[in-house]
Amino acid sequence: MSKYDIAILGAGPAGLAAARAITGKRVALIDDNPRAGGQIWRAAPQIEIGSNITFIAAARVFHITDHFTLHTDRAGIIEAPKLILATGARELFVPFPGWTSPGVFGAGGLQALVKSGLEVKRKRVVVAGSGPLLMAVAATLRKNGAKVLAVVEQAPLQRLLAFLKRYPSKLPQAIALKASLLGVPQITGAWPIKFDGGKLTLSNGRALDVDFLACGFGLIPNTEAARLLGCRIDDGFVAVDSKQMTSIPDVYCAGEPTGIGGLDKALAEGRAAGLAASGLTPPKSPSRAFVRDLAETFRLDPALAALATPDTIVCRCEDVTRETLDPHRTWREAKLQTRCGMGACQGRICGPITAQLYGWCAESVRPPLVPVEAQRLKIANTGK
Amino acid sequence: MTPDVLIVGAGIVGAACARELRNAGVKVAVVERDLIGGGATAAGMGHLLVLDDNEPELALTKLSVALWHSIAPQLPAPAEFWKCGTLWVAADDVELAGAREKLAVYRKHGLQAELLDDATLYEVEPHLRPGLAGGLRAPGDAVVYAPVATRWMLADVRVTHGRVVELIDGGVRLADGSVLRAGAVVLATGASSLIDGLAVRPRKGHLAITDRYPGFARHQIIELSYLQSAQGESNESVAFNVQPRPTGQLLIGSSRQYGVDDSAIDDPILARMLARAFEYMPALAQCNVIRTWTGFRASTPDKLPLIGKYGEGLYLATGHEGLGVTTSLGTAKILAAAVLGTPSPIPPEPYDARRFCARND
Repeated sequence: MSKYDIAILGAGPAGLAAARAITGKRVALIDDNPRAGGQIWRAAPQIEIGSNITFIAAARVFHITDHFTLHTDRAGIIEAPKLILATGARELFVPFPGWTSPGVFGAGGLQALVKSGLEVKRKRVVVAGSGPLLMAVAATLRKNGAKVLAVVEQAPLQRLLAFLKRYPSKLPQAIALKASLLGVPQITGAWPIKFDGGKLTLSNGRALDVDFLACGFGLIPNTEAARLLGCRIDDGFVAVDSKQMTSIPDVYCAGEPTGIGGLDKALAEGRAAGLAASGLTPPKSPSRAFVRDLAETFRLDPALAALATPDTIVCRCEDVTRETLDPHRTWREAKLQTRCGMGACQGRICGPITAQLYGWCAESVRPPLVPVEAQRLKIANTGK
Repeated sequence: MTPDVLIVGAGIVGAACARELRNAGVKVAVVERDLIGGGATAAGMGHLLVLDDNEPELALTKLSVALWHSIAPQLPAPAEFWKCGTLWVAADDVELAGAREKLAVYRKHGLQAELLDDATLYEVEPHLRPGLAGGLRAPGDAVVYAPVATRWMLADVRVTHGRVVELIDGGVRLADGSVLRAGAVVLATGASSLIDGLAVRPRKGHLAITDRYPGFARHQIIELSYLQSAQGESNESVAFNVQPRPTGQLLIGSSRQYGVDDSAIDDPILARMLARAFEYMPALAQCNVIRTWTGFRASTPDKLPLIGKYGEGLYLATGHEGLGVTTSLGTAKILAAAVLGTPSPIPPEPYDARRFCARND
């Protein structure tokens, strides 16, 4: 068992910013991945952390007991009296006919694969879905030699322009991305409606032959650890005060779990959480207007919920189709009757999808947070 | 439309009673506060087994397992009915002697069973730990995915959603103040009782389920001393009980706790339950657990259910402890006989709904 003053869950931008803001305390920085950086800085060449910080890589926290004992699958037990949750977000998928076929990837997923070595040179790729991530993914793919045929954003152009007008500070970033995608058609107000053996059909009637389709329809905050701890959740996000503290004393939260707001928000909140957890007073937290405007700009068109046909799979772990789910009224009823969400991902993927399709909300979180060897679960529960 | 019979509770016991009465031509309605098959029905393993701890238990489980086999061909595929049999594991020679006695009882009642020596035991279940004495295989036992079976039983029955707060003359009152009237009311409310002083106590249980390991276990496997856990009155006990699901997943049980009404995972009990499972199947320790949960059995002092008439126009079908899925079908036969005044397929007295009431009449 190793003891620290502060444990940070997640070594993405928010977690790293938190770690950097802490001085004179022993910090455990824990991440699922072998390297720090999170989704956005994945495999970045160099990430510096202070000597007071122990980076615990490739370890997943599956249970949190007491105040606080973190049980991990590969790094044993970590104790710390303060926690910073910087657990990031995952992609939202929208099921449409063919979305589970070979060749279709999550947008962030494909980006991660490319960064860890997947060859995309001369591959014909379409990046589709919603949100600022699409452009970044397209840029990465292109830089690695992919032939990006189009970036397809479901939000209409007017909303995107209105957003940029409100946030001129984001313009240089948008222009830089746009420049790196020179010549790539950017289609707005459209989305994939079908993927069949490399043939992609868009809602605007266009058909494209592709090798890969990268899809992502926005981000879902990873709130499982917060919910296991009993932190208050408002509208799907972890509620925090001006010092990034959750409703549970000594538990702080920063980045996407408190509201999808991207890199700048994650850095500011991470720093604030780090300072607060060290007993210092953090600067005033930035306005939440950006989070709201981002959500409003990229809100999904209701038509997306109608793309799945009766035989389209919604739950990939258990192969549950839309028509099997249609008769049910709640997530739990659907789970009990169809096994939707009962597979290895425990509803992480299909839970948010059914929230989109049916407005269902997932139930409470229980240990283990992630699949874990039975013997480790046993040890975690005896505390020995 | 006022039904002849209103059943409170759409767990598997209530559903089986509804189906039985409806098939007998009775006008039936069901009222459920939450989900169909969402209580102990969903929390349990769905093991369909004959238990021989005492004569009434044996009679009811034997009748019920036979009834399950008779409806099995009609069950929808997602009900995952699977005749995998039960393997009772004897840890030592004393338990093996117990297995022999069990075999004699099974034979006497015309039930299939065979004694396995240690060599055969490892042949049929290679993941059991070395050094066990042998086992008893009951090939007639089966497993079912109970929430789906429950819904199937209610396919042609009207289910109203509402929480019953009070029993009134000729019906029940719901939390929203409305009244449901019926000729008779059957309480199939499991561990939550609507009657003060009813001899039913919640008995909490834990289960864990693993990822898919097809072929890891081929039978429902239980330690022979399981009955001491199930039948005993100890406040806390665990017993080795593992079930392979047709999906290849493994359900790991079991625990029993009295006096707890919190449904949260009890970490030390879950740990004890897993430790017990590893004692019998060490390789389980390396299987990934994907989910854990709890549920509440409806436990009576003698571990037999309460079935039949309780008062004027009031019947009970509850108190099934850990056997509700198995005995739902037999319970429905006995309950229907009581309601209709027809002969019960087995003597109903041991399950008399009033047997724990003070005798002042």
